[in-house]
Amino acid sequence: MVENRRYRNILAYLVLAVGVLIVAFPVYLAILASTFDAATIINGNMPLVPGDQAGENYYRTLFIGASRSTREPVSMMMLNSFIMAMGIAIGKILISILSAYAVVYYKFPLRRTAFWIIFITLMLPVEVRIYPTYKIVADLGLLDTYTGLILPLIASATGTLLFRQFFMTIPDELLEASKIDGAGAFRFFKDTLLPLSVTTMAALFVIQFIYGWNQYLWPLLITTKDNMQTIVIGIKKMLTTQDALTEWQIAMTTAVLAMVPPVFVVIFMQRFFVKGLVETEK
Amino acid sequence: MAGVSLDTVRKIYAGNVEAVKGVSLGIEDGSFCVLVGPSGCGKSTLLRMIAGLETISGGEVKIGDRVVNEIEPADRDIAMVFQNYALYPHMSVYDNMAYGLKNRKTPKDEIEKRVKEAARILAIESFLERKPRALSGGQRQRVAMGRAIVRKPQVFLFDEPLSNLDAKLRVQMRVEIKRLQRALGVTSIYVTHDQVEAMTLSDKLVVMSGGQIEQVGSPSEVYRRPETRFVATFIGSPPMNILPGKVEGNGRVSIGGQSLSVSDMRDGLAVGSDIEVGLRPEDVRAGATGQLSMNVDFVEELGATQLFHGKLGGADFIVQAPTGQIAADAKQLSLSIDPANVHLFDPQTTKRLGKA
Amino acid sequence: MRASQDRSNNDLCRHWGLNHMEKRAHFSSKTVPYLLLLPQLAITLIFFYWPASQAIWQSFLMEDAFGLSSEFVGFDNYRHLFAQPEYYKAMSTTVVFSLAVGTLSLACALLLATQADKKLRGGEAFKTLLIWPYAVAPAIAGVLWIFMFHPSLGTLSQPIRALGLDWNPLLNGNHAMTLLVLSATWKQISYNFLFFLAGLQSIPRSVIEAAAIDGAKPIRRFWTIVFPLLSPTTFFLIVVNVVYVFFETFGIIDAVTGGGPAGQTTTLVYKVYADGRVGGDLGGSAAQSVILMVIVIALTAFQFKFVERKVQY
Repeated sequence: MVENRRYRNILAYLVLAVGVLIVAFPVYLAILASTFDAATIINGNMPLVPGDQAGENYYRTLFIGASRSTREPVSMMMLNSFIMAMGIAIGKILISILSAYAVVYYKFPLRRTAFWIIFITLMLPVEVRIYPTYKIVADLGLLDTYTGLILPLIASATGTLLFRQFFMTIPDELLEASKIDGAGAFRFFKDTLLPLSVTTMAALFVIQFIYGWNQYLWPLLITTKDNMQTIVIGIKKMLTTQDALTEWQIAMTTAVLAMVPPVFVVIFMQRFFVKGLVETEK
Repeated sequence: MAGVSLDTVRKIYAGNVEAVKGVSLGIEDGSFCVLVGPSGCGKSTLLRMIAGLETISGGEVKIGDRVVNEIEPADRDIAMVFQNYALYPHMSVYDNMAYGLKNRKTPKDEIEKRVKEAARILAIESFLERKPRALSGGQRQRVAMGRAIVRKPQVFLFDEPLSNLDAKLRVQMRVEIKRLQRALGVTSIYVTHDQVEAMTLSDKLVVMSGGQIEQVGSPSEVYRRPETRFVATFIGSPPMNILPGKVEGNGRVSIGGQSLSVSDMRDGLAVGSDIEVGLRPEDVRAGATGQLSMNVDFVEELGATQLFHGKLGGADFIVQAPTGQIAADAKQLSLSIDPANVHLFDPQTTKRLGKA
Repeated sequence: MRASQDRSNNDLCRHWGLNHMEKRAHFSSKTVPYLLLLPQLAITLIFFYWPASQAIWQSFLMEDAFGLSSEFVGFDNYRHLFAQPEYYKAMSTTVVFSLAVGTLSLACALLLATQADKKLRGGEAFKTLLIWPYAVAPAIAGVLWIFMFHPSLGTLSQPIRALGLDWNPLLNGNHAMTLLVLSATWKQISYNFLFFLAGLQSIPRSVIEAAAIDGAKPIRRFWTIVFPLLSPTTFFLIVVNVVYVFFETFGIIDAVTGGGPAGQTTTLVYKVYADGRVGGDLGGSAAQSVILMVIVIALTAFQFKFVERKVQY
């Protein structure tokens, strides 16, 4: 390092510390709010040290729910979010590793066409085709189902491209050695390719779990029943009855609960998270 | 065990690129055959066609008495050692060696017996449980050979197996491969671009260039009597000096006006016609009374020997001599050569112009 | 025409490393590859291509008030759209929103990344502490910020009022937009930070050391050496941030302002949703979807064509 001078490092620490504080402050407020009763929050003078209502708030939020708006226990919403996130992450890994295997390791007449069909979907985010997709899901009778929540979101080029990129880095000789060792397409996939893809799968899992957990517009459209709503939708509904009726202590407790799983995944699987983010480039 | 025979084998890639142009070759059972040539000469393609990793565009490949053109690599009863070893990175050394046997439904105790035996031969018993990434280059190389040995195949195929090793290890592994092949007696085909490896390992040396065989023979035959100018300059280090000359008459040629006697010379060459004269640096003797004189530009020290670089008859010329035999500050050398060590080549066809 | 098409295809290919499409060794089978592709292709066709083509088709139809019948109206929906002042308003809102979030989040992220790149003790911990907001759902981010700046109960609203500003993001459009920009930026900094840090770490130390020996002081070094070398990352992030603001901020807007007050924070994507859902105007909403598709495709093409090549490495 050039000119590693002390005052510059102090400045760097200062900038980073301010950054961390700004980033953390809104979340700190949410955590604070989850420890007070409604009245304390409503009067606009919430103290900056935690209160004593945490137990009550978390119990009510998880097992009873907001009494005026959603009336659904948040634990149920978290289960829905979890099923959706896992479904999207696992489904995406499954279908994209298969399609990448076909595109990379087989030669067949329509290979390029198949690849481009998948590739183009990069340019069609769900937001631009939202109502026709809604109509198809409705026609298939998939409204208010997990299948309807998951299926339209698991096909995208990201996973296929990521696996393809990884497969291309595997030396050809490994397949040739397998062939000489008597392994066919299925054995090579199961014995060699799958074990080697574990980190790539983990990286994709982390990114897609977060993507799935945080979905908003899609579940907003296709879930109408209270018992199908995800936590991100639930919290928004808690806020709709404007101002005076909003049970802020429940809403903020829900916000904290909604952040825990994905943030947990990012922090404890940071290596895979960074790999996934950088390699999918989106 | 079995020999291998190739009959006008061709490889044509998409776009009509002919990588192998009709190669015929017989490799005797139990012999060590080395294919050598510069990169792009078709030697690896030929090996991979024998392995079944490339389709054969024309001709016939036989292992033993069986034509294998349409047979899957796994069913050809061959084993291959790759340049980058191609070890399965997620499997232990033991599993790497056992994988091919497991796929063939070999009984467990038989697998264990064979892997243990191969590990003993290769002295890798102590790290059977390790993953390949925990091994050094030389150790990985041994595992790759172990994977080939356990299968007890009819033919070993080696695709530049030593080129990822450092120079010292390469020499050591070269000796081990030779010893192992002698002990097991399995027919081996070995591809390399390194002529020293080729010379030291082979029973049968095949020099290739441009998708064709230039010459086949024992290493000493190829070295002593190169059939083409390409072989002459490719085999031997430093390479053979090639000088333009003229035919003077039966048994004599001239280089830049200096006359030289030749023992292996085709009869009936027209006097005064152009000819290329090949002299190996190590065959040339410097003394008081030589037939040729050379101007020295500089000297390279190799320890045991010295290389004198200079000009002879206007062309670059190298003389190799044991250190101390020639004064290192010599500016002019008078050179003599045994007529048996003079090689003549046709300037047009580049073929040897020796006795018929 | 043909040549330029080929070239842009090649750019796409290079970006994804597609020019090395080929493996030397393959398996061959008449059916297996199609079976492997089937799940993905089926889902892609049903949930991507069919709805996208439906959107295009619908954009040429006009439905009656009850959605019972529809007739082909050509470009009427588009004409109608471009006659609406609200549509231009949504466009300008989107542009302002994008510029503000992009500039702010890139600047903050770059500042933080340059500091985190200094190989400080505890640098990894700072990295962890800065990247987790990526995991927070946009809608949740919106909720956090509206809670903080809520006109009556927000912890930070009172200090602002004390400064003499009549702060009310629920009624004042500019205040609402400010709040949106802040919350969208807050969430995006982590992503930009990670990429800037990776970009900075890939600049060879020797280049910076050479500049130091050439007598460039740290700030000058940054602007003349580091920043230009970082430009591929910067351009990549600009495009990604524009796409982010276009599409992924939907949750923030819906949670914080619902497009209001009086449509002042309605972006193009939000308008697709609002017109179709609330207004029931499926044809108009479809026409907007098609325009958005064109914008995304143009952005992606722009990224491949210019970002990949014109930027120095």
